[in-house]
Amino acid sequence: MALLEAIELNKSFDHVVAARNINVSIEENEVIGVIGANGAGKTTFVNMVTGYLKPTSGRIMFQGRDITHQAPRKITHLGICRSFQVPQLFFTASVFDNLLIALGVAEGTLPSLLRPLRRPDLEARADEMLERYTIAQYRDQEVGLLPQGVRKLLDIAMAVVHKPSVLLLDEPTSGVSVDEKFGIMDIVMDALKQAGVTVLFVEHDMEIINRYAKRVLAFYDGTIIADGPPDDVLRDAKVREYVIGEGPAHGTGTGAEKEGGHA
Amino acid sequence: MGRKDQTNLRLTIALLVCGLAVFILPDWAIFMGTLALAKGVVVIGLLVLWRTGLVSFGQALYFGLGGYTVGLLGLRVGMSDAVLLTLLSFLLSAAVAMTLGLIISRYREIFFAMLTMAFSMILYGVLVKTEALGSTDGFNVLLPTYLGYAPEGEAQRVALYLWSLLVAYLASLGVHRYLRSALGNLTSAIRDNEIRVEYLGVSVQRAIYFKYVIAGALTGAGGAITAMAVGHVDPEMTYWTTSGEFVFVTILSGTGHVVAPFVGSIIFELVRTYAFEYAPYAWQLVLGSVLLLLIMFLPNGLWSLVTRMRKKG
Amino acid sequence: MLTLLAILVDGFVYSSWLFIVAIGLTLIFGVMQILNVTHGSLYALGAYAAASLIGVYFRADYWPMGSFLVLLGAALLVGLVVGLILERGLLRFMYGRDEVIIVLVTYATFLILEDVILLAWGTDPYFAFEPYSLLGTTEMGALIFSNYDLALVGLAVVLGASVWWGLNRTQWGKVLQAVIIDREMAQCMGVNVTVVYTITFVIGAMLGALGGAVTAPQISVAPGIGVEVIVLAFAVVATGGMGSIPGAIVGALIVGISRAAAVHLLPEVELFVIYAVMTLVLVFRPEGLFTRGKARKI
Repeated sequence: MALLEAIELNKSFDHVVAARNINVSIEENEVIGVIGANGAGKTTFVNMVTGYLKPTSGRIMFQGRDITHQAPRKITHLGICRSFQVPQLFFTASVFDNLLIALGVAEGTLPSLLRPLRRPDLEARADEMLERYTIAQYRDQEVGLLPQGVRKLLDIAMAVVHKPSVLLLDEPTSGVSVDEKFGIMDIVMDALKQAGVTVLFVEHDMEIINRYAKRVLAFYDGTIIADGPPDDVLRDAKVREYVIGEGPAHGTGTGAEKEGGHA
Repeated sequence: MGRKDQTNLRLTIALLVCGLAVFILPDWAIFMGTLALAKGVVVIGLLVLWRTGLVSFGQALYFGLGGYTVGLLGLRVGMSDAVLLTLLSFLLSAAVAMTLGLIISRYREIFFAMLTMAFSMILYGVLVKTEALGSTDGFNVLLPTYLGYAPEGEAQRVALYLWSLLVAYLASLGVHRYLRSALGNLTSAIRDNEIRVEYLGVSVQRAIYFKYVIAGALTGAGGAITAMAVGHVDPEMTYWTTSGEFVFVTILSGTGHVVAPFVGSIIFELVRTYAFEYAPYAWQLVLGSVLLLLIMFLPNGLWSLVTRMRKKG
Repeated sequence: MLTLLAILVDGFVYSSWLFIVAIGLTLIFGVMQILNVTHGSLYALGAYAAASLIGVYFRADYWPMGSFLVLLGAALLVGLVVGLILERGLLRFMYGRDEVIIVLVTYATFLILEDVILLAWGTDPYFAFEPYSLLGTTEMGALIFSNYDLALVGLAVVLGASVWWGLNRTQWGKVLQAVIIDREMAQCMGVNVTVVYTITFVIGAMLGALGGAVTAPQISVAPGIGVEVIVLAFAVVATGGMGSIPGAIVGALIVGISRAAAVHLLPEVELFVIYAVMTLVLVFRPEGLFTRGKARKI
């Protein structure tokens, strides 16, 4: 039984088809990269899996349970968490407070209501997480004033607080400077490996895909056009044409790409 | 960071100081103090909603409910026990808030404000047209008793003052404890980013519902005490201008601390008494001008001055 | 049958009054996203100005029909002066701030103006019945209606038609609509939004004052008339859709006819019915009956 499965997922907004016949099966401890041009349906997929959008048809199964129509907060409790393309943070609070609140709330309904938030054990855990994600130096600064790289790391840290079994990262390095990109992925992947989490990350940067992904899903026009090891997918002719932007339709060959794979 | 939270200690000290003050305060000050304490309890409820980014322009609904509960139970059943009446008003208001809250918790910003106002105007409309309740004149309220003890004259004022002090103390302790918890800290987080709150596993709608019920129940208790202090209830208690006063005091006080509403309420009552005596046709002018000045120059209320002083010290 | 006729005519008359009173409010909200509580003060100021001027006018024994021009003139003047002072002198400094804060600002100015009216005109009521009786009455079977009231229906239609024409058939109206839909975009297109805001607010103010001026001959103009009107105008605008002109018409009709029905059939619920209707609409369609949809967030 697969950990997470999408079965015949479809999503349309009036006349716009955002997702068509998406079928994918994900096992434990996988590290999956998701690629595709803007508007190909990657974020829509993440939004559907995490309950923010309801599919027009199809099902999503998690650990054998149908989670298709659950709300995001239920899905968080079940063990699927995500980070956002635009980090969703509490902008007027400090980095520390953001994480502390996430930790406090993760304790469960009664403790989060009855126990004070600012207590030694919880604060220690928050500090420890800040260290692990290397953002401890920004601890007391207001989130609204921070650079994108720090916000992304905090966003991911807050997603991990619930100890999910599946983590979906939506463009974790977008908007971050080139020299910081690998740094962020290293930090995140390191932290996640320790926790034994299944990771799915959306990326535009092929170098990052190459370095971290063990399997790649390529989206185009709302559907998955390739699914397999990075080498295979990145050489697939359709993927090269529609996603990477090389090949016959674009007339740009880098010359370094060998002909391989098939249409 | 990590300065120990001494609010509970300070609230208890304040309780004792204000309680002992009865020996030196003149009669009018005790009366004003009671009204200020009752108003403060109402504004604490508004504080919780304000921090979430919601302004209720309809707390007068519960204020009137609380007041008329006291009045009616006295009129029909002869009940005059202050403790029981306050408790019943609190519970009835909570029950109504739990019902209306189901609808209201789905709204935000202007629509939240307008719907709360609409609810209070419905009650106003009903009360004004109900002959049996005296329509616009309202009716008088029985003198309160306290678990059998029936004070007379000056003792009457003192007893109600002490009771309202106790209610204010309990309300402050309770709300402070709530605001210190993880869910309580989410209060301002909701205003910042509702989506993130949902993804943390918390239902924003349920959180708002909870806060709305707290606010409603506290306002009901405030209305009950006010009715007993003034000795009279009328539909004006549910009119939108009464809600406006509560909002004014919320802005005046600031929402930085549970004690702020009481500071703001006392100042409000003082200014109102003097304004009515010396310039009865300028009370609203004063109110409006002060509100403008606050919004422009001190949007976080008087308490923000305290916070500023603390940071320097 | 007679009751039905009475309800319908009374309903239409009241709806027309509601529309005249509420249209300024919905215009300002539609363009500027401001729920203008001061609308009530403008109504009151329009009424007081009209009443005073009518008094002077009839004592000077001018041509009676000209009193209607006096009403109009009073409203336009009040709206222009007060509207300009409010918008240029205060509101324009608040535009960046939270919607609810701006509402509180207009609430503050409302409070101030309430006392300004008290200080200027005192607590005694003013009367200006002359224009009301000038037009005579009409009989429909056993019912007698004042022609002034019926004329209000005509005025409402004229106003509604002019605003519609202004918004949809003129260059200026198109600009206004652009600002309503997307202010920033309109600015990028070269629209001088500052001017648009000022003009809109002044027009809205004049319409509010007109509501008061036109009502002055029907009532005793006394302190507090603005307070009641605010909640009524809100009820109409919220029911029909904030910022929608057709919405204001529909809202006025719904509220007006419901109230007329209540007055004739079950007077105890007269006040209750208005707010109950508003609540029902808000509960099922939070943004009123006529609005446009919203965009995606993440």
